Amino acid sequence: MAETTEDLEQAFEAKIAAEEKIEPKDWMPEAYRKNLVRQMSQHAHSEVIGMQPEGNWLTRAPTLKRKCILLAKIQDEGGHGLYLYSATETLGVSREELIDALHEGRAKYASIFNYPSLTWADIGAIGWLVDGAAIVNQISLQRTSYGPYARAMVRICKEESFHQRQGYEIMVELARGSDAQKAMAQDALNRWWWPSLMMFGPHDAESAHSAQSMLWKIKRQSNDDLRQKFVDQTVPQAEAIGLRIPDDALVWNEARGHYDFGEIDWDEFQRVIRGDGLCNRQRLRHHKQAHDDGAWVREAMAAYAAREENV
Amino acid sequence: MSDIGLYARRLGDDALILGQRLCEWCSNAPVLEEDLALANTALDYLGRARLLLSYAGSFDGKSEDELAYLRGEREFENLLLMELPNGDFAFSMARQYLLDVYEGGFFAALAQSSDEQLAAIAGKAAKEVAYHLRRSAEWLRRLGLGTDESNARTQAALDELWGYTAELFEMDALEERLAAAGVAVDRRALEADWRAQVTRAITEAGLQVPETAWSVRGGREGVHTEYLGHLLSELQYLQRAHPGLSW
Ligand SMILES: [Fe+2]
Ligand SMILES: [Fe+2]
Repeated sequence: MAETTEDLEQAFEAKIAAEEKIEPKDWMPEAYRKNLVRQMSQHAHSEVIGMQPEGNWLTRAPTLKRKCILLAKIQDEGGHGLYLYSATETLGVSREELIDALHEGRAKYASIFNYPSLTWADIGAIGWLVDGAAIVNQISLQRTSYGPYARAMVRICKEESFHQRQGYEIMVELARGSDAQKAMAQDALNRWWWPSLMMFGPHDAESAHSAQSMLWKIKRQSNDDLRQKFVDQTVPQAEAIGLRIPDDALVWNEARGHYDFGEIDWDEFQRVIRGDGLCNRQRLRHHKQAHDDGAWVREAMAAYAAREENV
Repeated sequence: MSDIGLYARRLGDDALILGQRLCEWCSNAPVLEEDLALANTALDYLGRARLLLSYAGSFDGKSEDELAYLRGEREFENLLLMELPNGDFAFSMARQYLLDVYEGGFFAALAQSSDEQLAAIAGKAAKEVAYHLRRSAEWLRRLGLGTDESNARTQAALDELWGYTAELFEMDALEERLAAAGVAVDRRALEADWRAQVTRAITEAGLQVPETAWSVRGGREGVHTEYLGHLLSELQYLQRAHPGLSW
């Protein structure tokens, strides 16, 4: 019996309602597929572009132990990029196409990586705050409705807690160090705090893709809920090491059982997304340069593989 | 510092300096898989550097970081190959291949050292090198037999690298003494096997064994290329800018 589109849609909706995962071979609405490609490829690109600000301190890490930990961490992020590219490929797009879209500005990456990593303390702040925020988001995405994405998130979350910890440990060490080290830590927190809050995206009411993504259970918790969770877990960590969160409005709200915090500068958020971040052009140029420089290697790989097949 | 301490230190320098160079590949590789593989290799080298420098430091109460971050250009005794800038992917891979074959022989021999610590570190290193060699040998073939361009780039890399390989098989007084005592590897004895293995692989990859008329040396005496100083300024920057702190 031929199934009509309506039947297929009903079966799809029923699966979503029953909390079953959608798998690559299952029928899915084109808009669901597109939405996933957008979100998953953006996630993959973010993992890979995020290697740059951290890589910026790899050759200057202050001890051999820190250098090894940072390198292992950055390597994990590249691995996350790989899982996510593979998961996105199950939706019928190749990694090459995804990378082209990034280079042509049709695909995005997390805007946080358009901020520069200026001092060693930034490596601490990135691990602590940026990975900390990413974890909150990714834990929630372990329950996303698309099977390959959910499974990639489970794998990724296992590695993320180490990332957050290595960043926080750097901050702990700096915060109990010399005056210059303390100042370096506070300065990094000042610069990375607000951009980290922005990572969760606009308020729920203004988020372009949120409502539909929630209905399809691609997203499981709202931007504002996730942001609140991050603030609640991070403020005590700052207090524990004597650093000050740069927000005068930050206060514990007994009635809500949450911290109240100030309004994000949404103009800055939009400006940096649109291109006014210090590193927007640098990040893309760097990625494109490495990709272009490697073109002859990929050609050699393909030629060699073809040759081996003919032997 | 004792002879064994000095020997461990120079081997630590080999691992540290190439490990630092390999870090520079991070986010710059031709494909993501290769970025991760290069990071793995770098981690092996840096891990080995930590073991060797800690051991070297144990002879006169210095930490691995004091040795890595607070010595100047003339006090580093790594082989020159380690400090050469990465060049293109062909250059980095050809260097890795030449070194992997060398280190395969070297660490197998050092694993027999009468010094237990060095033997243990070498045993671990030998396993890592076996894996590195599988990869770099594969790349040598791929690039040699891939396209005209990859072949030409790899040939150019070999031609440039070749003049730095003589140093791999030369001994100084320190190593002579330690080799006689069964502690150090007699590197002269590694040369024939190295040459045979490398010649076979280069030829099978459609490449020519270079006939370079020049060769340079000096690493083991602390006489380096000008590249090393810049590598060290970057490596040591924070420890030099904020002396004596904990990180
Ligand atoms: Fe990640
Ligand atoms: Fe991470």
